[in-house]
Amino acid sequence: MKKAKPILSAAELKRIAERVLKLSDADETEVEVDATTDALTRFANNAIHQNVAEKICSISVRAVVDGRTARATTNKTDDASLGRAVASAINLARNEPANPDLLPMLRSQKYRKVARFFPATANTTPEDRARAVARVCKIAEKAQQTAAGIFSSGESESVIANSKGLFAAHRQTRAEFSVTMLEKSSSGWAKANSPDIGTIQPEELAVSASQKAAASREPREIEPGHYATILPPAAVLDLVGFLFYDFAGTAVLDKRSCFTGRIGKRVLGRNITLWDDAYHPLQSGPAYDGEGLPRQKVLLVDRGIVKNLVYARTTARTMKARSTGHGFPLPNEYGEAPMNLVFEGGEKSIDDMVRATERGILVTRLWYIREVDPYEKILTGMTRDGTFLIKNGRIGCGIRNFRFNQSMIEMLSNVEMLGPAVRAAGEESFEMVVPAMKVADFHFSEVTKF
Amino acid sequence: MPSGREVESKPMMQDWAHWAIDTATDRGASYADVRVMDIRRRDISVKNGEVGTLAESESLGIGIRVIANGAWGFASTDRLTRDGVEVCAREAVAIAKASALAKRENVALAPEETYVDTWQNPFLKDPFRIPVERQIDLLLAADREMRRVKGITLAEGSMSFQSIEQLFASSTGSLIHQNKMQSGAGIVATSFAGSEIQKRSYPNSFGGQHMLKGYELVESLDLVRNAPRVAEESVALHSAAPCPEGQKTIILGASQLGLQIHESIGHPIELDRVLGMEANFAGTSFLTLDKLRKLKYGSDIVNVVADARLDHGPGLGTFAYDDEGVPAQCTPIIIDGLFTGYLSSRETARAIGEKRSGGTVRCESWNRLPMIRMTNISIHPGTWKYDDLIADTDDAILMETNRSWSIDDKRYLFQFSTEIGWEIKSGKIGRMIKNPSYSGITTEFWNSCDAICSREHWTLWGTPNCGKGQPQQTMGTGHGASPARFRDVRVGVAFSK
Repeated sequence: MKKAKPILSAAELKRIAERVLKLSDADETEVEVDATTDALTRFANNAIHQNVAEKICSISVRAVVDGRTARATTNKTDDASLGRAVASAINLARNEPANPDLLPMLRSQKYRKVARFFPATANTTPEDRARAVARVCKIAEKAQQTAAGIFSSGESESVIANSKGLFAAHRQTRAEFSVTMLEKSSSGWAKANSPDIGTIQPEELAVSASQKAAASREPREIEPGHYATILPPAAVLDLVGFLFYDFAGTAVLDKRSCFTGRIGKRVLGRNITLWDDAYHPLQSGPAYDGEGLPRQKVLLVDRGIVKNLVYARTTARTMKARSTGHGFPLPNEYGEAPMNLVFEGGEKSIDDMVRATERGILVTRLWYIREVDPYEKILTGMTRDGTFLIKNGRIGCGIRNFRFNQSMIEMLSNVEMLGPAVRAAGEESFEMVVPAMKVADFHFSEVTKF
Repeated sequence: MPSGREVESKPMMQDWAHWAIDTATDRGASYADVRVMDIRRRDISVKNGEVGTLAESESLGIGIRVIANGAWGFASTDRLTRDGVEVCAREAVAIAKASALAKRENVALAPEETYVDTWQNPFLKDPFRIPVERQIDLLLAADREMRRVKGITLAEGSMSFQSIEQLFASSTGSLIHQNKMQSGAGIVATSFAGSEIQKRSYPNSFGGQHMLKGYELVESLDLVRNAPRVAEESVALHSAAPCPEGQKTIILGASQLGLQIHESIGHPIELDRVLGMEANFAGTSFLTLDKLRKLKYGSDIVNVVADARLDHGPGLGTFAYDDEGVPAQCTPIIIDGLFTGYLSSRETARAIGEKRSGGTVRCESWNRLPMIRMTNISIHPGTWKYDDLIADTDDAILMETNRSWSIDDKRYLFQFSTEIGWEIKSGKIGRMIKNPSYSGITTEFWNSCDAICSREHWTLWGTPNCGKGQPQQTMGTGHGASPARFRDVRVGVAFSK
């Protein structure tokens, strides 16, 4: 089967945006047009059981009338529907109180180029994905295991324009492979995500997951407690992902950030340095924010000291700071957030970390993580799909899965070793560039039955 | 069996459905079904006296599911020209044929009758016809009342409304038109002091209460009258006693019990999880097939149903037909403590030898594959008056309104914390407790239940944010519950050092 064409070309998206701007008699009008094609092949019990594709477009209109603003969205591109969306945005805006903080829309901006479209990803067919899945299922069968997972590919094209002359466009592809290998008493997992499908190796990931399932067979129950713990990048991502909104100026303004009252202070360990960097080669996403403002690279944490926050334009004015290009589409109550987090890594491998551990825990994957305490940033969650006891510098037996209750502030103050920062894919957070970590005294509070 | 009623959908919806089914079957599909959905939303939020979100949206499209070469394929589009629909149907068939490259056996479905029918959930006031200015004014009034309380650092309120017009059609002749109107609203008061953030939500967390109702739901919540109380509780939590650590009797408020049902009964009874189909993401289930009609899930007073019928109430899991054209049903899940039933689809019901699907297949939108989802998973009311239950309790913690929730991927070990707790001593509610939490193993916990409050304390709560599937789908589920007592439960572990 040949790959279907994109739902709408870049030129068509631009024409739709221009039609919307012409249809509006609001004081100011902004329009974002997105066209997305996504496909996902899902497998379980060593066979494909779900296989889906979607094509969808979205035209989202923001109108400003007398210092008020509101948004209306449609997925229909005919004149009547676009006109209805414009009228709806104007009508909503007219019926709310004036917003004294509302800023005029941006004029034309200059953007750095980001290259995040890979034709090989866009051209992936259902047959390509199915053949890869069939090979992965064979690996599982050979190991007398059961494979479950997904292989997805997709592309999107988006433009943002406004009546003040701003225009920006972004095109990108995405691909993801995730696999769980199951045995009667154990499981293993691996996952990768990239705009470039060529960097994803399903069979290598399947072999890794298979080995973890085999190595954690018949897991032993050990006592919960505080352990030296090695977290691979996916586990680190799913934990530190819960911090992203704490770096929003609005979160501090609203006093719901864990960094409220802690900016400029050494809150984390000296080996923790963190940026938001939309231009990092392992990152994805557009070079502009929800208002079309260019994204800035921002140093968030410098050797443990919380240095900077990110700001949408309105938040920046309120907090007497410079806007950083991290605002969400208006109107919203959340302001902004860093969406391209990049940790500074180290040089230690997971093997180095294991060798340096007398007694500890090696985690594969964390699951169902939720915030217990927002200021100390205590998170709870479970280990999953291959948890191991480390004894005398060696990986030992598989162990039953733990529940943890762990403060992120404490954890990031107790990092003993760091691996190289890589693009990681987990389940609880969007992708980031994070290292593996060995942390001291990670708090496992309970143990489950498997 | 066919009702013989005329289907009253938008004229083009039936054309799109027929184009899709004809094309799919022409291309070799042995079965095809489609969902045309027209979804309209309104979202309003306020924060600290100002409007936050103010948005409306509409989304119209078609999802086409087929079986070809013995395997599943699904494609969706919002290009609703004849060419656009036919291209989408051809793609669904081609995807199914690709799926067949890695299949173990042919897909087979439990039999189901053909239906032609129309259904609309009852509601009194169309929320989209209520002036938005009035809706904003109500939220701002509640916001003002919360901020009047000294110590409140963040006041928030929100409303959301969704109407879905949906046409289901299948290659076996079903044609089902359903209209659903859903409303939700709630407020939150947050207070930061020292090194602590506390919050109280009303009437529940997760954006408040959500039901298959019109604007009359919002009016019934009386947000403004409740605003000062939740704000005062939020501030008072800072000086409350911490939750102790150890084994205790606990009483859960109705909304927290609803979430307890959701996580530790609703998810593990999903048959796709049990059969390994969700193993990579949502996980599997401890409720393996050998446990059906054998496992003592809970104590003798625990009775749970999965009920999608309107008779159960206007919950987020209420409908007339599910998204593969199976009529709404009531399935006993736990009878007198014994585990008796799963949530099933046509495919999974047949896989375990059931005669018919339990009718629990749903999709978030036209561009998502329908899959097994909770309907209204509710515990039957017990016999206790609330005041009598408190009076009968010697030493316990009463916990209300969920704050965090987590459970392992087989649904054994859970941990919940709630926004507020109250000490119960010698049959009386005493001092306030902050940061309450409890944890346990699912079956041990439900077997420790020794009292459930009566129908007058029973509420059908809406959980609007249940995530499942890849690509992930968010679905609303209903959970009827009344306050209940559990013995010898581990408390306080979330904040243990």
